[in-house]
Amino acid sequence: MTATATTPGEVAADTRRRISVGSVISTLGPLMALLLACAYFSVKSDRFLTGNTLSLIVQQTAVVGVLAIGQTIVILTGGIDLSNGVIMAFGNIMVTRLAVVSGFNPYAAIAIALTVTTLFGLTNGVLVTALRLPPFIVTLGMYSIAFALTRIYGHQQSVPNLPSELTWLGKTFDVGGTAVSYGSILMLALFVIAWFVLRQTAAGRHVYALGGNPEGARLSGIRTRRVLLCVYASAGFLYGIAALLLVARTQVGDVNAGLTDNLESITAVVIGGTSLFGGRGTVIGTLIGALIVSVIRAGLTLTGVEPTYQVLITGILVIAAVGVDQFARRRSA
Amino acid sequence: MTATEESRQSPEADGRTPILRARGLVKSYGSLMALDGTDFDLYPGEILAVIGDNGAGKSSLIKVLSGAITPDEGTVELDGKPVRFSSPVDARRAGIETVYQDLAVAPAMDIAENLFMGREVRRPGVLGSVFRMIDKKRMAAESRAHMSDLKIGIRSMKQLVETLSGGQRQGVAVARSAAFAHHVVIMDEPTAALGVKETGMVLDLIRSVRDRGLPVILISHNMPNVFEVADRVHIQRLGRRIAVIKPHEFTMSDAVAIMTGAMAGEKVTDEKIVDPT
Repeated sequence: MTATATTPGEVAADTRRRISVGSVISTLGPLMALLLACAYFSVKSDRFLTGNTLSLIVQQTAVVGVLAIGQTIVILTGGIDLSNGVIMAFGNIMVTRLAVVSGFNPYAAIAIALTVTTLFGLTNGVLVTALRLPPFIVTLGMYSIAFALTRIYGHQQSVPNLPSELTWLGKTFDVGGTAVSYGSILMLALFVIAWFVLRQTAAGRHVYALGGNPEGARLSGIRTRRVLLCVYASAGFLYGIAALLLVARTQVGDVNAGLTDNLESITAVVIGGTSLFGGRGTVIGTLIGALIVSVIRAGLTLTGVEPTYQVLITGILVIAAVGVDQFARRRSA
Repeated sequence: MTATEESRQSPEADGRTPILRARGLVKSYGSLMALDGTDFDLYPGEILAVIGDNGAGKSSLIKVLSGAITPDEGTVELDGKPVRFSSPVDARRAGIETVYQDLAVAPAMDIAENLFMGREVRRPGVLGSVFRMIDKKRMAAESRAHMSDLKIGIRSMKQLVETLSGGQRQGVAVARSAAFAHHVVIMDEPTAALGVKETGMVLDLIRSVRDRGLPVILISHNMPNVFEVADRVHIQRLGRRIAVIKPHEFTMSDAVAIMTGAMAGEKVTDEKIVDPT
């Protein structure tokens, strides 16, 4: 030991205090914002804090929420998915046309549609890993492709008169006088599963490692391409589930669905505190982010404020959330 | 000093077999010869520094040994058995761990997660086999043991790596390598980005790794560091090993002179090491 060397413990002492304020804000911030919004609307309207309003809010979050789970895992790897809403639209048209127009068994139609949306996701993944194209470009291209295919396959027509197998997710059951939809339960279950996989399994930790330091993850022996392919394919599967939820809610196959859901899902992810640079964020944050948007929308409607204000507030929240993330990153650099 | 004297005084060369040995490595990039028949020997329990001017083939040599590139010609032997690495993962599986200059750590993950990155331990029983749950407690406990083995005084393994100082991050990277290497640890410029205090800490770490029985290959531009910590110094020049010296028998300016060709390196090279046949 030389005179200049210190024991590592001494250096450790002063860094313990630096546990970054930014990371605390970006973790607890979204939850605080959600509670604040709820508190505000509870005071403004006595109809807000009722079981049925809250249940409706969760129900209205289901489609974007499930899309946002897929969006979260893609963004955690440092990517982005602009094509999720239109992949969902393709799944939506496919499942309804197969069941209604082509006369497939509804469950077979569901299985085929989920397979096809998974393949869409996988295609994104192959283009990102094999051709090393930027996810933004790949999914922007896929946005147009899936949009066009939806219209071509859908013959520009809506598909009404759905069989009950395709609509039961929109049905509700009674919990202490409050109507809860099966779709809401499915969404919450998917969030729990996604949380579990990301937090508690090696595969999930690899997603974070890959997003935080791609080269480091590769050198650590993580098969990064395989992780990416799994992430994009799983995201595609989730977009298929979102399609089923959408079908159940709207009771129709709609060729115009999903055009802005990509941005709405990114909004939920970003408000939920996940970093667009990858490697940082949680799926629970995303759920909170999606709920914040729904709470503000429902709250403003209940208090009789023009709906455009919801869009305005959402915009401000997005910028604030990214600002906090940048702040956290700069502190830790 | 003559070659025979060096080999007589050198305990490493005294009948012991090198743990990692390379002969006649050639690597060319078009017309550029990065390695022009380099030999290499690392003996058990030593810190071997590799120095050389830019373009001497230092980093190509290390890349071959760590599996990042495959040589055009030449052989590498680990523990007397010929090996051929086609990727860094191959080298790792064979027990050669590399600490990279740009630190292969994920800043937003905690210390235990970084130590076990890519080698997560699953929970016993159904939770591990069916639900694929990782054993966070065990990984934290093992991380704590590895870190304290190397006398890195960080108490919480839950601390995110981004909250650590540069030296501590290097400590995490070194601890990860030392924990999983069963043959060799390669460190590529481990002190390049560090201040004086932290450099001292990392040099102590390198000694701790050696004292735990793992030989270390240290690549460094920093002559005082090299002379402070290395047991032997491999000097690379124009794509070849031109000399192997012991720091206490030469001055830093001798080493630089050999490195730049101002002093004839061949004279100080142990011929037995260069050509064992």
